[in-house]
Amino acid sequence: MSLVQWEWVARHAGEIGAQLGQHVLLTGLAVGLGLMIAFPLALAAVRWPRFYGPSLGLTGILFTVPSLALFILLIPFTGLSIATSLIGLTIYTLLILFRNIVAGLRGVPADVSEAAKALGYSRGRQLLQVELPIALPVIMAGVRIAAVTTIGMVTVTALIGQGGLGQLFITGFTLHFTTPLLVGFVLSIGLAVGVDLLLAGLLWWLTPWQRGRAT
Amino acid sequence: MRRCRLVVVAMTLGLLSLPAQAIGLEADGPGVVGQLVDWFVAPAQWHGPASLPTRIVEHLYYMTSAMAIALLIALPVGIGLGHWGRGGLLAINVANMGRAVPSFGLVILMFLLVGFGFVPVLVALVALAIPPMVTNSYVGMQAVDPAVRTAAIALGLSRWQRLWQVELPIAMPLVMAGIRTSAVQVLSTATLAAYVGLGGLGRYLIDGLAQQQLAQVVGGALVVAVLAVLLELLLAGLQGLLVSPGLRRNG
Repeated sequence: MSLVQWEWVARHAGEIGAQLGQHVLLTGLAVGLGLMIAFPLALAAVRWPRFYGPSLGLTGILFTVPSLALFILLIPFTGLSIATSLIGLTIYTLLILFRNIVAGLRGVPADVSEAAKALGYSRGRQLLQVELPIALPVIMAGVRIAAVTTIGMVTVTALIGQGGLGQLFITGFTLHFTTPLLVGFVLSIGLAVGVDLLLAGLLWWLTPWQRGRAT
Repeated sequence: MRRCRLVVVAMTLGLLSLPAQAIGLEADGPGVVGQLVDWFVAPAQWHGPASLPTRIVEHLYYMTSAMAIALLIALPVGIGLGHWGRGGLLAINVANMGRAVPSFGLVILMFLLVGFGFVPVLVALVALAIPPMVTNSYVGMQAVDPAVRTAAIALGLSRWQRLWQVELPIAMPLVMAGIRTSAVQVLSTATLAAYVGLGGLGRYLIDGLAQQQLAQVVGGALVVAVLAVLLELLLAGLQGLLVSPGLRRNG
């Protein structure tokens, strides 16, 4: 018996595509929401350093909680819905993103910020046009880790009725059939590698001044 | 840090005391907290093969056996490669590759390939635990200041002495960071062992979901969450003991 029956794959191509789509959607939403929450937090932490320790502690402790347990602890509030998966996944992206955004912004050389100020940049313009571009490589490193981690974690939400490619794991388990499992497994790893490369490419495109420099 | 951890716990408990509404799972009668208390004080949770103490011991057994094997493989590899400065590309990237592997899929894959039992789950857990420890110990050993290495040679220390008395103590914070990452991840993934028929705390989660018993699911999840946080605090404390005071002072 071979591990993969291509005939099954062909027959279920539509379903596999739909699960892959949901997987991408959940990952994108979780990382996007994570960025939207982590960014103001990180700005506050850079501005008021006393805020950094508690925020890191809070996000760190949430990160320690096993993903399945966290998803389940959300069930009393949001039920077996997509919101449960999304909130749980977003929480996990927070620590990674928060830590890297703070590290990136803190890594901006003080003389560069002062030069921007001396040139008459407003606080917002200084952040958007000077500090963010300099911090981008470190921030992007965080986004890549968050995206790859989330892609793996989405599969666990199959146990609470979502899961994207994780549904294929469950199909494989219930049918005792390796084909769907391996399809989901390989697609999940492929998606993680693909998204990672895509984000690396995006960084390369966004930071022309970094090209040619050894990273 | 510690105070804010307490705040988080208090907040979690506060949120859970809200009445259960809009729930997919069955939650009639008292609110979630009432059901939870009933679940925790039920005799079945304290005696017999499905009791909390038994499940916790099973869970810790899965975790410690996987971590013991993974430590024996990962630390010599990571520390050795870091010491000799070989295989850096592999050592650094193995953690990234490990992150891309979905743990849930790996557990089921091992189950389908090997069959029911502890061994397939153990293999999956060990495979997940190795990458972070290899990468972190490699990076820790590589980050040792070359001047310090040279000074150790100049003092006439043997290779073995340099490794044990100079380089490893300096690399210890990162080595421990890798161990913490892996341990927490293994504890977390061990809940999935229940999905392929083993015991451990995952039983409450998997069975509770299948039987639509909210109290069992949430109760089990709370215990797992608390256990993970305790493990993290324990390992952080251990790191405090293992890291040399001289290194701590310099932050």
